[in-house]
Amino acid sequence: MSSEPLLEMRQVNAHYGAVHALVDVNLAINQGELVCLLGGNASGKSTTLKTLLGMLKPTSGEVVLNGEVVNDKPTSYRVSQGVTMVPENRRLFKRLTVRENLDLGAYLRVDARQIAGDMERVFELFPRVKERLNQKAGTLSGGEQQMVAIGRALMSDPKVLLMDEPSMGLAPALVQQNFELIQQIHETGMTVFMVEQNANMALSIADRGWVLQTGRVVLDDTAQNLLAHPELQASYLGTAK
Amino acid sequence: MSQPGVLSRKAPRTGVSKTGVDWFLTVMRVATLTLICVGLLAFIAQEINTNNPFARWANPDATGLTGEQFWGLIVSGVSQGAMYGLIALGYSMVYGVLGFINFAHGEVFMVGAMTGMITSNKLADAGLWESNFVGSLVFIIVISILVCALTAVIMERVAYRPLRGSPRLIPLITSIGVSFFLQNASVVLLGPGAKSYPNVPDWVKSKHTFLEIEGARILVILVAAVSMICLWYFVERTKTGKAMRAVAEDAEIAELMGINVNRTIVKVFALGGAMAGMAGILWGILFRSVIHTTGFLPGIKAFSAAVVGGIGHLGGAMAGGLSIGVAESVGPLVILEPLGVSGVSQLRDAVAFAVLIGVLLLRPSGLFGERLPAEDRT
Repeated sequence: MSSEPLLEMRQVNAHYGAVHALVDVNLAINQGELVCLLGGNASGKSTTLKTLLGMLKPTSGEVVLNGEVVNDKPTSYRVSQGVTMVPENRRLFKRLTVRENLDLGAYLRVDARQIAGDMERVFELFPRVKERLNQKAGTLSGGEQQMVAIGRALMSDPKVLLMDEPSMGLAPALVQQNFELIQQIHETGMTVFMVEQNANMALSIADRGWVLQTGRVVLDDTAQNLLAHPELQASYLGTAK
Repeated sequence: MSQPGVLSRKAPRTGVSKTGVDWFLTVMRVATLTLICVGLLAFIAQEINTNNPFARWANPDATGLTGEQFWGLIVSGVSQGAMYGLIALGYSMVYGVLGFINFAHGEVFMVGAMTGMITSNKLADAGLWESNFVGSLVFIIVISILVCALTAVIMERVAYRPLRGSPRLIPLITSIGVSFFLQNASVVLLGPGAKSYPNVPDWVKSKHTFLEIEGARILVILVAAVSMICLWYFVERTKTGKAMRAVAEDAEIAELMGINVNRTIVKVFALGGAMAGMAGILWGILFRSVIHTTGFLPGIKAFSAAVVGGIGHLGGAMAGGLSIGVAESVGPLVILEPLGVSGVSQLRDAVAFAVLIGVLLLRPSGLFGERLPAEDRT
């Protein structure tokens, strides 16, 4: 573990109008980790991601990226500094071609040669994507779209990849495949922060995790401990008697 | 994870039985198609032989058209339609990105025509208009494009951006207000009367041996075609164009890619304004007279063109413009005259909007529009 976290939330509070969506949230994501944030519906998972990306301004507290407080920086700045997200349900630009989707991932970059190199890396990771390059993204299967969505995120040359509910809306077989993809990307050295409802699945590949409940972090532990945690099992994973 | 508490969501509405509205629409569709077919057949019959009974059936006085007249109608329809198409692009692009109809766009076109009127008269006073017509034309086009793009951008900044995120009806109503504002601003600044463009050189006015077309109409069709190709290239091939399409499809994700959504929207308005400015100049060259209400009817027809082509679709806007232009030019004499309708040449506008209604009846998403899934249609 490096001394300074890559991406951090310090005592963050966030509101939607009168709704207190995040309450004193502390998170730290270190270089090279695969971590997950668990929680049910309306627990504040998506709000956390929005706050990290600058789509929502925290009412208090700090969002720190590479040691820099980025509270007032727009999304585009944070993306250029190495945060990116694979959105829930993939959200590809369906009317654009796969290639255009990947190009848009690299929208903020100007280094044409390195962009081309990164695109080759995406093709190595997902050979299927290369076959579909000139097809409209909306015509791909769910699994292929997931690959393009991850590929698009990787095209921004991120330091940390945020994943919003990667198992959402996929068939069970694809969920398995998807978590394998995430693991595969993590093995290339990528820092991954995923937000999931599918706690068992997420914890089986993660190093550490947090559990969020109505905007508060109620558990912060290693994946093994969380898997074994009786309260979590009872209330949430649904495996206890 | 499935939610055990929720057994089933509301059943999807499939196989809905036909309601009265559906039957009514079907009747309307059949009636429209019948009207068009009968009119067309009668026209063809009278072209074959004016005295045959089918041609005499509805309108004994109809004489049909000579080939030359017919060609003339087509050409004027195409050139008019090309202008509608240019204006329609602005409606379509703004709709694509923001999802509302900017009714003030017709007035941006009027601003372009007015700008052209002022600059061309200044050039005529300086003697440049006659001595170097092509140069002057390029100059007034450039000025008009700049003024219109600026008008559209200011409009977005002042009137629409503060309303971003409010229900769609609100910017729509605002756009009608902006439209009145621009019309009245024109009256205040330039007076209420009609103003004319300076005389154009003979080669623009006269018909050319090339296909018997007036110079001005060739100019209009040519300029519109070039603008359309440039716009297509810009939107399809450049990085900014890609960003525009991305914002149109999913602004939130576009932002996640690092695209500045506000700036992209400003560019869309500027581009739409530029096209309207171009159309304004062409209008001025063709009809040589502008007034503060010049933008209204072409604006509404261009909006219809955008809908006919499938709103949000650029090629569709141009195709819709051409269809409406040709229909309103050819339709009255070809379909209505043989049916015995009187005073057909005054029914141009009615025909233009009948095309809109017809397309909405037969293909509600427009000629090129994609059928939206229900979730996107909010």
